[in-house]
Amino acid sequence: MQFRLEKRTQPSRMMVVIAPIAAVALTMLLGAAIFYLLGFNGAGAVREIFLTPLTNSYKWQDLAVKGTPLIIIGVGLAISYRANVWNIGAEGQYIVGALAGTGIALLTQNMSGPWILPLMLLGGVAGGAGYAAIPAFLRVRWGVNEILTTLMLAYVSVQLLFYLVFGPWKSPTSMGQPQTVMFSADQSLPYLIPGTIVQLGTPIALVVALVAWFLMSRSVFGYQVKVVGSAPQAARHGGFSASGTIWLALLVSGGLAGLAGILEAAGPVGRLVPQFPANYGFTAIIVAFLGRLHPLGVVLAAIVLAISFVGGEVAQTTIGLPSAAVGIFQAMMLFLLLAGDILVRYRLVRVTPRLLVEARI
Amino acid sequence: MSLDFIIAVLVTVISAATPLLLASTGELVVEKSGVLNLGVEGMMLTGAVIAAAVTLTTGSHLLALCCAALGGCAVALIFAVLTITLSASQVATGLALTIFGTGFSAMFGRPYTGQAVPLLYSPFPAELAGHPVWRLVFGHSSLAYFSVLMIVAVWWFLSRTRAGLVVRAVGENDLSAHSIGYSVAGVRYLAVSFGGLMAGIAGACYPLMLIPLWSERMTAGQGWIALSLVVFASWRPARLLGGAYLFGLLMAIQAYTKAGDSVFKAFPTEFITALPYLAAIVALVLISLRQRGGAAPACLGKPFIASG
Repeated sequence: MQFRLEKRTQPSRMMVVIAPIAAVALTMLLGAAIFYLLGFNGAGAVREIFLTPLTNSYKWQDLAVKGTPLIIIGVGLAISYRANVWNIGAEGQYIVGALAGTGIALLTQNMSGPWILPLMLLGGVAGGAGYAAIPAFLRVRWGVNEILTTLMLAYVSVQLLFYLVFGPWKSPTSMGQPQTVMFSADQSLPYLIPGTIVQLGTPIALVVALVAWFLMSRSVFGYQVKVVGSAPQAARHGGFSASGTIWLALLVSGGLAGLAGILEAAGPVGRLVPQFPANYGFTAIIVAFLGRLHPLGVVLAAIVLAISFVGGEVAQTTIGLPSAAVGIFQAMMLFLLLAGDILVRYRLVRVTPRLLVEARI
Repeated sequence: MSLDFIIAVLVTVISAATPLLLASTGELVVEKSGVLNLGVEGMMLTGAVIAAAVTLTTGSHLLALCCAALGGCAVALIFAVLTITLSASQVATGLALTIFGTGFSAMFGRPYTGQAVPLLYSPFPAELAGHPVWRLVFGHSSLAYFSVLMIVAVWWFLSRTRAGLVVRAVGENDLSAHSIGYSVAGVRYLAVSFGGLMAGIAGACYPLMLIPLWSERMTAGQGWIALSLVVFASWRPARLLGGAYLFGLLMAIQAYTKAGDSVFKAFPTEFITALPYLAAIVALVLISLRQRGGAAPACLGKPFIASG
């Protein structure tokens, strides 16, 4: 029996939904097998990483905390990738957003008022968007590939963060520790539910996803992004500017990454420290793809990835699984998703031997 | 500046450039065949961890290099299956490869972290390799000579052989190459495998000639600099050689600045660390000013599916 791939006349909508679910399920199965072969408790690893965070209700707040930046950055990247603009340096925009917001926090250290936090958040958006404006400008003006520039700038931003927290921004009362001062109450996100660690960032993330969903499906902006991304020639005839779309894609994805950065700094972290970059910017790339570049899909995908982060921490303490194992699971998920994607565009047809002979003739 | 100092700097330039040259030589062939593999960093980390582990357990550098090359090739094949056979997005798959390599190397390398790895020294006799002046020629790690040999070999292969012409044809016009009977997928599989072998060896340079141990993410983004180098070199082997040594010079400046004796010590060390990445951006801008992407293989990054 032989199989052949046949191009579908239209991408399968069912497969679009099934592929990511199948990818997650297969990752669990294959992951269990691989980690068993590596000498770990494979089934235990999968249970701890993917199920424990869901079954233990006290882990849910951790999911909200880890999911928040992933949703915000992932939504931005989904929009950017839809436009065929490959911003892979969201990690850098996330850091610079946090730096810009923290800069405002340091300037307003001795002030109080409800206006400080919103100003910091605006600063974060501006910082991230501003940092993404560099690759946007280089791409539009001189055709410099944004994949490489956004990524290089991510490495640069880490050094910028180090410079500031080890140097000019180091808290005078930190006893030599490289960190900024703690943010004041007016500079920190309020807690949403008393007694938990869920802060204002989580509803902001959900609002961002909803607004993006509305914009992408109902507005000219969304239409422009999709047309320029999927049919650049048609877009040119339709009067949509390719340069304008590149600018929009990078400013939106950069601004959202910056927002996620300042929400993280003013939220769970509470100050800037050298360990601030936590790979959210890179993980959000997986989130965007797993969520099918759809804002609402991104929310679900962010929850899946947040589960794997929280579960990875659980597995570290309960069964001694190294923290890097989570990265392997996440990469496998993306590999399997990309492999499964072919079923969106193609269908598997069984070829009977007789037909094969005919085809040869 | 004494002669000794200049020689010491030049030796550092050559060792710093070696992994960049190896990785970008591999990627050059991959891109010439029309495939963009963004997973260089992941393949390098895989090679680095395998080289450290094999050297520590067997003591054989040659075996370590072979295993590192095969390791790089093995993960490159994951990429090849996804992008060439299943025509998945090359950008997304390459990124996945980097995430995978980072995770795999961190996990696999855990038992070896921080252990001193014996370095791979010059293949020449100690009188030459250790000579105060002649060490400029004979004093480098075998890998440095290998990297130069490979870029010359790749130049010769691409410009002077029939097989090289086929690789270029597949990258410039996959449809025509297919219609005159060449296997586009086959050529691309071979090119991607070669890229994996080279990236694996490039990764091996870190524990075997630069930093004598394994540590997580020790390649520190140099895989991405190697990718930029290919663009900077406008896909030409000779320029790749020059570009790699230019970046080697930057990294030598870095090394000496951190050691505390150069004119650059007025700058914060973080700026010096960021310098190669900033330089890579500047290099990409400069090359775009000269030619707006005209030098790239025409089919770069586009999946090819033979119909019918």
